[in-house]
Amino acid sequence: MTQDKTWGNRIFDAVNYTLLMLTGLICIVPFIYVLAVSFTAPHIVAEGGFILYPKEFSLAAYEYIFSTNTLVRSLGVSIYVTVLGTFINLVFTALLAYPLSRPTLRGRKYILLGVLFTMLFSGGLIPTYYVVRSLHMIDSLWSLMIPSAISAFNLIVLKNFFQQIPEGLEDSAKIDGCNDVGILMRIVLPLSLPAIATFGLFYAVDHWNKYFHAIMYINDNTKWPIQVMLREIIINANSRIGDTSIDEMYIQPLTIKMAVIVFATLPIIVVYPFLQKHFAKGVMLGSVKG
Amino acid sequence: MTTQATTQTTADVRPSARRNRRLAWMKDLVKDRWLYLMALPGILYFVIFKYVPMYGLIMAFQDFKPHLGFSGSPWVGFKHFQRFFGEEQFWMLFRNTSLLAVYNLIFFFPLPIVLALMLNEVRRERFKRFVQTLVYIPHFVSWVVVVGIFYILFTTEGGLVNEIVYALTGEKIPFLLAPEWFRTMIVSQSIWKEVGWGTIIFLAALAGVDLQLYEAARMDGAGRWRQLWHITLPAIRSTIVILFILRLGSFLDSGFEHIFLMLTSTNREVGEVFDTYVYIKGLTQAQFSYSAAVGMFKSAVGLVLVLGANWLAKRFGEEGVY
Repeated sequence: MTQDKTWGNRIFDAVNYTLLMLTGLICIVPFIYVLAVSFTAPHIVAEGGFILYPKEFSLAAYEYIFSTNTLVRSLGVSIYVTVLGTFINLVFTALLAYPLSRPTLRGRKYILLGVLFTMLFSGGLIPTYYVVRSLHMIDSLWSLMIPSAISAFNLIVLKNFFQQIPEGLEDSAKIDGCNDVGILMRIVLPLSLPAIATFGLFYAVDHWNKYFHAIMYINDNTKWPIQVMLREIIINANSRIGDTSIDEMYIQPLTIKMAVIVFATLPIIVVYPFLQKHFAKGVMLGSVKG
Repeated sequence: MTTQATTQTTADVRPSARRNRRLAWMKDLVKDRWLYLMALPGILYFVIFKYVPMYGLIMAFQDFKPHLGFSGSPWVGFKHFQRFFGEEQFWMLFRNTSLLAVYNLIFFFPLPIVLALMLNEVRRERFKRFVQTLVYIPHFVSWVVVVGIFYILFTTEGGLVNEIVYALTGEKIPFLLAPEWFRTMIVSQSIWKEVGWGTIIFLAALAGVDLQLYEAARMDGAGRWRQLWHITLPAIRSTIVILFILRLGSFLDSGFEHIFLMLTSTNREVGEVFDTYVYIKGLTQAQFSYSAAVGMFKSAVGLVLVLGANWLAKRFGEEGVY
């Protein structure tokens, strides 16, 4: 233990702690900057310079956001897609994961192989787009939820989690006259609540951050989620989206851009503490093979 | 007589065994009917949204017209593939994709390892957890937000970074538009977003190291660097190998959404990769068959790479992923 107090070690620690602190700051300071600018009076922001706290507090940017239909509506779209989409994700994933976790189920191996293969090879963008189009989901918010209803990775991790539940519990329920649906609802799901919550959060973050699917499947700009709207506001003229312009949003002061970023990020920051509690475990569960 | 009798009995037994097996199947199907019913929506999902698109790849061998459908569109064989390989664009896409992958391997890949090792040296648990909390956050933020923040900071029109550059050198640098800055920006954004998250798997591997090893090493007079070299690094060696091989397996996946968001008309010659090309050709120019062919080429090469990487991992004595 005496070794820990040598000069070499002290310098090592000092450098190490400083570098780590710097790394942490680099990760968080941009967010603080965005938050601070969004609450600062526009004329202060116009002077330029680095702002870490609002020198003159102002809600102008947020008032503006709530005065526009476009932004409020896109926030609404994102909330709707996130809540309903996550619900669909969890129902679909759990309903398939449970039968696949029963070792005696006939055909289980083939279904699993079928799922695994989709992680290795996919039809790709164009055929998938064509399927979504054939189902008349273009310009419908279902296109943001149904085509991504199950993540193969999450499914397999959840299946492995279900497998760890002691079989005795299920057997005794069966003896008491419970059918498979009852076992899933009354025993397996309640015991897996932490796992379900974790996957729910991961799925929800995916939905909230969804950008590309919306670009691909939603042409109607009244149905754009917040991420697409944010992109439009930050990059004024995007040649790829072109035809759907929202002119009144262009050339807005920095504060409004910042406030929109805050909205596009806020839900993530709010759920982050809950995420952090579980994600390490979730990532590790993935390494359990089954 | 006897031979006849035996053939008769075997002939009798076989169908009945088959019947028995079929009966057992039926019995299990009935017994597990609820389970199959539960699995149905999920199976349908995979069939409709994963396997039907794979079937849809036959459009790559047709001159596919949506109103004619798969059965009505004329077959053209490998026409679209030949066109793609013959195009100059092919080499541009190949070069852009590979260069980004190589840059990522060189500049991005080692950083989570370094950061994990640094965190591992921290004895104060609270400080360690604090830093971890901060560095994981960017992972959960969307690419739109990340690119948006970079855009606001780096733009030549009043971006903070460019203001500083201007104050120091008297010139502004078009970080976002100049082709020569494109790869640097892409890799820095990837690092900022994912470096913290990347440490998780290494920290987990490090958590399993027996602390007595360090004590024994200290007894033998090993300093911190030697402990790092002889105990800590060997503990995560196999994780590093696996992740490196996996990274090779996804060589062609250059982070589609990210690159798509960074592409402008000025940096296309260095930024366009297979995925963005498929999107442009297929959805904005409606060349369904051609872009499906490009996508299929990418998927097929990707499959070979992943399987090859997995085979390599097994040869290295690792477990493999599939």
